[in-house]
Amino acid sequence: MKDHSHSISRIAAPIRNVTQRFAFMVLLLAAVALMMFGKVDGALMERLRANVTDAVTPILNVISKPVVSFNNIRREVQGLLAVREENHRLIEEKARLLQWQAAARKLDAENKSLRGLLNFVSDPQASFITARVIADTGGAFANSAVINAGERVGVRKGQAAITGDGLVGRVTDVGERSARVLLISDLNSRIPVVIQSSHARAILAGDNSRRPRLIHLAPGALVSQGDRIVTSGHGGAFPPGLPVGVVASVDDKGISIEPFVDRSRITYLRILDYGLTGIVEAPPIEGAAIAMRGKKIRK
Amino acid sequence: MKISIWYRLDILTRLLTPFLLTLALVILNIVPLQIPGFSTVVPLLPLMAVYHWAVYRSELLPAYGVFIIGLLHDIFSGSPIGINTLVFLLVYGVVLWQHRFLFGKSFVIIWLGFAIVSAGAFVLTWALNSLWNYSVLEPRGIVYQYLLTVGVFPALAWVFMRWQQFIIRQL
Repeated sequence: MKDHSHSISRIAAPIRNVTQRFAFMVLLLAAVALMMFGKVDGALMERLRANVTDAVTPILNVISKPVVSFNNIRREVQGLLAVREENHRLIEEKARLLQWQAAARKLDAENKSLRGLLNFVSDPQASFITARVIADTGGAFANSAVINAGERVGVRKGQAAITGDGLVGRVTDVGERSARVLLISDLNSRIPVVIQSSHARAILAGDNSRRPRLIHLAPGALVSQGDRIVTSGHGGAFPPGLPVGVVASVDDKGISIEPFVDRSRITYLRILDYGLTGIVEAPPIEGAAIAMRGKKIRK
Repeated sequence: MKISIWYRLDILTRLLTPFLLTLALVILNIVPLQIPGFSTVVPLLPLMAVYHWAVYRSELLPAYGVFIIGLLHDIFSGSPIGINTLVFLLVYGVVLWQHRFLFGKSFVIIWLGFAIVSAGAFVLTWALNSLWNYSVLEPRGIVYQYLLTVGVFPALAWVFMRWQQFIIRQL
C-alpha cells in the first residue's frame, strides 16, 4: 500500500510541479497585464479600487477608532502636563489676537462697503462634508488617505479636502461610502496656487517627499522664504484662497513648500463642495443638507 | 474511525490562517497611526508574511493567495495596480526557487535572506513605479522604508513561528 502510493506520487509530483509552474507564470503575466491595463484604462482601475475599498470600509472604520481614541488620550495627558506653560502662551496670544481682531473688524467693514460700491459678485458659499480618515496609505510610493464618506453623502471627484490648518489634498476615487484623497505631497498631485504677497501664479507639485515643490512659476516672480502660498482657484474645482503652506527654502534645486497641515495629525477632514464640479442642480445651500437633497432626488 | 465535520472544519480553518493573517497585515499596514513621519516609512508587513510562509509552509500560502494579497495591497495602498502583485509573486517565486538553501537554516540566515530578497523587491518596486510615472522617484524614503522593513522582520517572524508551533504544527 505504501509502495503503491509512493509510486503514484513519483509520477504525480513532476506533473504537479509543471502545472504549478505554469500557474505561477500565468499569475505573473496577469500581474503585468493588470499594470499595463491600468496604464491604458485608468478609469476602470479607479472603479475597482473604489469598490474594493468600499467593501472593507466597515473593517477600517472599526480598526482605526482605537487609534484615534488612544491618540486623544495621549494628547489629553500631554495637555495636562503642559497646562501652565500653555496658559502663559495663550494669555500672550490672546492679547496679540485681540489687536488682530480689531484690525480684521475694521477691514471687514471697509471690505463690505467697497464691495457694495463695486457691486462685487461674491464666491459661492461652500458646503462641507466632514469625514474621518480610516486609512493612511503609507509607503514611499503613494501618498493618499481613505475617508469614510463617499458618493452617498455627496463626495465627488475633484473636491478639495481641508483641515482647520489648510489644504490636505484632492478627492480622486469615490466609492459609495468611502473615498480616496490624494495628498498634496503625492507625486501625481498638481495644484494651481498663488504666492499671496506677490500674486504670482505657480503649480504646487508633490514629489512623495514631505515638502512639495513649486513649479511653472511665472518668470521674474519674486519668492522668498516664509511667503504664504494659497490656492489660486484656476482651472478646476478648487476655490481660491485656501491656505496651503509657506515657502520653506529657495535654492538651485527649486522652491520647496512646508505645508500647513501635518500629515500625521490628520484625523478628520472636511471635503469642500463649492458646486464647482459636475452638474450643479441648484445654488448650493447650507451645510450637509445638500447631500441629503441629492440622495432624495436620486431615489 | 469517523472524523467529525467539526474536526475537519477546525483543520480547514487552521490551514487557512497563514492566508488570513497575511490579509490582516495588508489591512493593518494602512491603519492611520498618526505617528509623525511614520506613514511614509511604514514597514511593508505583507512582504514579510509572504516571505515567511514561502520559506516555512509554502503549501499553505499558494501562489494565487500571494496574487490576491499583492492585488489587495495595491488597491488599498493607492499604488498603481499590479506592481506589488508582481513584486510579491516574484519574491515568492525566488524563495521557492532557493527553498533548499533556506529551509531548515538558522534564523540569522533566514533574516539575511529576507534582507537580500526584500532589497531586490524594493529596487524593483522603485523601478516599476518610476517607469509608471515616467520620472525617477526620490529614493530616500524607500531606503528608510526598506531598513524599517528588515528591522521589524524578526518580531513578525517570531509571532509567526509561535503561530506555527501552536496552531498549525500538528497538521
